[in-house]
Amino acid sequence: MSAPAGLPPRPAGAVAAYPGGPGGSREAAAPQGAAPRCQNGPVQSQMQFPSGYGSHPPNYSAPSGHYSQVPSKAVSSHLDNQYRASYQSPYYSAPAQNVMTPPVGTNVLNTRESQQFYNSSTPPHTVGLTEGPAQGAIPSGSYVYTSAQQSYSAFGDHYNTSVSSSVASQGFPLNSDHYAMPVVSSAMYPNVSYPPAATSSMYGQAFTSQSLPAAGQFKETNTFSSQSTSVPHSLQQHVPVGYNSTLSTISSAQSFQDNLSKSLTGSVAKVNNQVNRGGIDSSQPVHSVSQNVQLTKPGFGAPASSALISSVRTPAPGLSSQPRSSPSITQSPDSALQEALDSSSTTSSASPVLNNYDALEGGGYPETRSVTNSPVPTPPAPQTSKTSKPFGYGYPALQPAYQNTSPPTPVQATNPSHHPGFQHYPQQYPGVNQLSSSLGGLSLQHSQQPEGLRPINLTQDRNILPVSSVPAPVPNLNSDLRKLNCSPDSFRCTLTNIPQTQALLNKAKLPLGLLLHPFRDLTQLPVITSSTIVRCRSCRTYINPFVSFIDQRRWKCNLCYRVNDVPEEFMYNPLTRSYGEPHKRPEVQNSTVEFIASSDYMLRPPQPAVYLFVLDVSHNAVDAGYLTIVCNSLLENLDKLPGDSRTRIGFITFDSTVQFYNLQEGLSQPQMLIVSDIDDIFLPTPDGLLVNLHESKELIKDLLNALPNMFTNTRETHSALGSALQAAFKLMSPTGGRISVFQTQLPSLGAGLLHSREDPNQRSSTKVVQHLGPATDFYKKLALDCSGQQTAVDLFLLSSQYSDLASLACMSKYSAGCIYYYPSFHHSHNPAQAEKLQKDLKRYLTRKIGFEAVMRIRCTKGLSIHTFHGNFFVRSTDLLSLANVNPDAGFAVQMSIEESLTDTSLACFQTALLYTSSKGERRIRVHTLCLPVVNSLADVYAGADVQAVVCLLANMAVDRSVSSSLPDARDALVNAVVDSLSAYMSTASNLQQSMLIAPNSLKLFPLYVLALLKQKAFRTGTSTRLDDRVYAMCQIKSQPLVHLMKMIHPNLYRIDKLIDESTIHVNDRVVPQPPLQKLSAEKLTREGAFLMDCGSNFYIWIGKNCDNNFIKDVLGYPNYASIPQRMTQLPEIDALPSERTRSFISWLRDNRPLSPVLQVIKDENPAKTDFFQHLIEDRTEAAFSYYEFLLHIQQQICK
Amino acid sequence: MESVVFIFSLIDCCALIFLSVYFIITLSDLECDYINARSCCSKLNKWVVPEVIGHAVVTVLMLISLHWFIFLLNLPIATWNIYRFIMVPSGNMGVFDPTEIHNRGQLKSHMKEAMIKLGFHLLCFFMYLYSIRQQSIS
Repeated sequence: MSAPAGLPPRPAGAVAAYPGGPGGSREAAAPQGAAPRCQNGPVQSQMQFPSGYGSHPPNYSAPSGHYSQVPSKAVSSHLDNQYRASYQSPYYSAPAQNVMTPPVGTNVLNTRESQQFYNSSTPPHTVGLTEGPAQGAIPSGSYVYTSAQQSYSAFGDHYNTSVSSSVASQGFPLNSDHYAMPVVSSAMYPNVSYPPAATSSMYGQAFTSQSLPAAGQFKETNTFSSQSTSVPHSLQQHVPVGYNSTLSTISSAQSFQDNLSKSLTGSVAKVNNQVNRGGIDSSQPVHSVSQNVQLTKPGFGAPASSALISSVRTPAPGLSSQPRSSPSITQSPDSALQEALDSSSTTSSASPVLNNYDALEGGGYPETRSVTNSPVPTPPAPQTSKTSKPFGYGYPALQPAYQNTSPPTPVQATNPSHHPGFQHYPQQYPGVNQLSSSLGGLSLQHSQQPEGLRPINLTQDRNILPVSSVPAPVPNLNSDLRKLNCSPDSFRCTLTNIPQTQALLNKAKLPLGLLLHPFRDLTQLPVITSSTIVRCRSCRTYINPFVSFIDQRRWKCNLCYRVNDVPEEFMYNPLTRSYGEPHKRPEVQNSTVEFIASSDYMLRPPQPAVYLFVLDVSHNAVDAGYLTIVCNSLLENLDKLPGDSRTRIGFITFDSTVQFYNLQEGLSQPQMLIVSDIDDIFLPTPDGLLVNLHESKELIKDLLNALPNMFTNTRETHSALGSALQAAFKLMSPTGGRISVFQTQLPSLGAGLLHSREDPNQRSSTKVVQHLGPATDFYKKLALDCSGQQTAVDLFLLSSQYSDLASLACMSKYSAGCIYYYPSFHHSHNPAQAEKLQKDLKRYLTRKIGFEAVMRIRCTKGLSIHTFHGNFFVRSTDLLSLANVNPDAGFAVQMSIEESLTDTSLACFQTALLYTSSKGERRIRVHTLCLPVVNSLADVYAGADVQAVVCLLANMAVDRSVSSSLPDARDALVNAVVDSLSAYMSTASNLQQSMLIAPNSLKLFPLYVLALLKQKAFRTGTSTRLDDRVYAMCQIKSQPLVHLMKMIHPNLYRIDKLIDESTIHVNDRVVPQPPLQKLSAEKLTREGAFLMDCGSNFYIWIGKNCDNNFIKDVLGYPNYASIPQRMTQLPEIDALPSERTRSFISWLRDNRPLSPVLQVIKDENPAKTDFFQHLIEDRTEAAFSYYEFLLHIQQQICK
Repeated sequence: MESVVFIFSLIDCCALIFLSVYFIITLSDLECDYINARSCCSKLNKWVVPEVIGHAVVTVLMLISLHWFIFLLNLPIATWNIYRFIMVPSGNMGVFDPTEIHNRGQLKSHMKEAMIKLGFHLLCFFMYLYSIRQQSIS
């Protein structure tokens, strides 16, 4: 009987900790941690322990295993957290998969071809070094996709084979590896960048079959039948070429045209070479290195090169072959991936492609048209005919060269030549007035407008949803800057054309702000180790791709325009191992970089990862049964918790008392220490409560195994959350770290107690919704205290009743924590929630984490940030204090234009996130975004990013509903649409006032705002529980844009007839891409099955007359009637429809951090209401249908 | 008796002037990043109640001593002070809330408010001084 043997020490220990001292000397005793009023402590612990605990002593018998585990853990965690092996790779595969869309496929094909060419001709590592111009051009031209895939495969290799050289898997192999370990670099370079890997050729082949037919298809479907006409057509795609060549001599353009026509007659694969040759032939090897398109601007050397290079430095002929000679280095694979991602998402929507074409013509110089001699200025009719081809096959003739020059999304291509002026870099400071006047003239003089401005009659045009997801608009920058620019997933601005003055912004009636996702899981990220981090001396901006080098030794800050010296160390480029090329340093070639910070960036030594779990063990909690799930998840992921050898962990439980657990190494079993004095909480023992994860692992495991059963018979219904939090704060304050609080009810005892404020009868009131703000400032104060000690509080609220989330959420809001809410959680009654908790926890426990972080957002002089949204504490004007930062946190800021931006044509924004990684490294992640400044209202509208606008408006509306009232916020939302549309309609005077016209860029605006009005956070008239509403508001504030958009406007797909057409290939899997459906019941046919993707939930709605084959093959039931009510998983059936459906769903899942819960809905299912509530285009008792909403807006405008 | 009222008002007004200056200095410290929001707000919130009381006392005194003009002059600001104090939402940590002071231009409006009050108190100061002089002459 080891049980009795195991038991005695524990009570003894408890007694030792509580000498049962006289209660009178409490105050005196408390500071020493020798606990006073605890005569009852040991007693209780004895009462509670034996029940669950005594049964576990067998676990204690193997303490030796604990030591043996240490090394293995060390290795695995080492892998983990360099963002390399297991941790990142799951996320890695997802974006990479997206590269494989058909249109990109053509590209990939070219890539491969050119690469073979390349491989056969030159040794791989000489890119940009020896042969530079001529040969280097070929791989570089096709580089974007090459690197995306190659590095993908190369990555796998690194993970699998050379774990020790972990720097190689740094996410950005080319760059960072070189940088961090220059010795190895040359050896690794060819290896990583151009492996003749089987994967790549496989991809290539996969696409050969796809893309070649596509090309044929193009010819068939295209209105231009002959090849000669299709040449100018493709030329127009080459915006910069068409544009530039008009500047130069016609003959050169002609030669290019010849090249192109030659190439088109040849195989698609040849095109690439031809284009490059063209460049070489025309004796312009100077530019050939950089981009295929630019190199083909012959006879145009000086101006072109200056335009190209000026961002980097002044044109110096002797060096002009250099600046872009290593594009494969400069372009981070991540951004390449990103671009590929973009293209995958957007090329599938046909209309932008067409309009792109449309806009290209309109935007260029008139000569462009004459040179290209386009036969048809694309009347709308052929456009629509082409629209019917869903997947962008229309333009397989897109040269890879083109796709490299400007990132390949069609929308990007839509307005590139709209502002030719941007071709001249602002750093050159050309005559600004002259420039802007030419800009201003262009947009209006040309009959054809940029795509973003194409007027759309909302009341008549019913199909405004794109075929697949809505792309982020691409800033109207010149291709070089655009390529360098920050990914829209990390950094988005509501207006991609920044208005010049506040007056112009006010006229546009659109909010100006940024949406940030700074700590996003990145697949590849250049990490820079450098003793000096180069920053502007006056505004402390980090050096970035958008600064200008005045000469070799000086650079001009792009935010405050101060001229700074280039430090000596920065002159040396470890990448190329050359001296005197500061503009080629990775910092200047990537808009997202991470620096390893020196000790200057530390106020104290980097803290270890510290995790404290505060668990509710009252009767309510035990009844809900969450403890089992939490403990099991923790047990499973104990080794995957991000951290190093110093990682510490601790547990506190609470009901009406607070229980601590001494897990000090050397104890035979965990000790429970109970403090019942909740009014004056203290720590019962100074150490042993937060213990080293590795040293005390066995004890921790014992505790986790025992915890779920320890409180099974508790009768304690009260909850002293406030005191437990105070205790947790005391425990954490020396180090900082993360507190995870699990709460199941309204705190009812001690500090921070709350009362029920919800009146159930008011749930569906249309008038006033009260109590959206906190009831007490206790949690806010606590959060600020925690934030001051670098501690974040994450709240998991699993309640079945009202728990005043509005008050509780404060503890996370201001300490930069996160909030999870599981309404009516019960482990057996509500399995969907239980599953969700399990999945969320898995992600929560293993995701990356940054400690003691601060974030600063800087913007170009003249712009100022006035409001911040998200979970953090604004410590000083622009410094956000983030005790913890996690990859799922998004932020938003609102800006105003304080000084007019007339002196500049570019506005830049930089976020710098300084954090301590879980490995104890101090790191700075810097994102820089660069946007053009415009002075006409039309341009402001053309560049509006409707998703960002809506997300920012949602954030503002949350603030408004808390500080003012919900109806106020709703009115403000509607007014935002009314004002901006009426402002737009008044600018376009030729429009008929009787119609509701929106610019193409804002065509989804009314739809999204209507969706917001019907969102849980803002809806009225429909019964909404206060906690649900508050949680939705919290999510709006803290979710990054991608997730928020799914929450606001879910995606609906029809899945019963998934076909192979328009599929993408991901890891040998075929993923069908059904088109997006309108969120309207009219789309739901009884014969179909539909999947709704709401971000955190998937609903599959099965129609009554749904094909029995589908039900049988996908759901695994013979007919509709036999489908069970609660179905949360699709069975694995070996049939094509099932395979397709599952691969589609898992593809959707792969793209997001929190794995959504799937629910199959039949007609009678209670979840049906949830599903139908998301059909926002339909009318409900309390809200407009989409059409009615449009009429309402029109009425308001006409007033 | 009249002069006692004015002398008291004068002293009170001096205190309010100092308080306004203190508010302005602390807020501008926050603006310039010399102190953080938390300490700034806890400093300022301490003085909100004294300010309300100080001003209310003068206002009431003027009403009692039947100086209608000065009373009416003081009334709006005194009302605003009290209104502002009462209308603090339950979850906020006082009139100055560290979590919100940087949002929606609150800092600027607080600053503006303190400036206006400073001007007003200076005006009152000279008015009281003048009144005392008048009293002493008569």
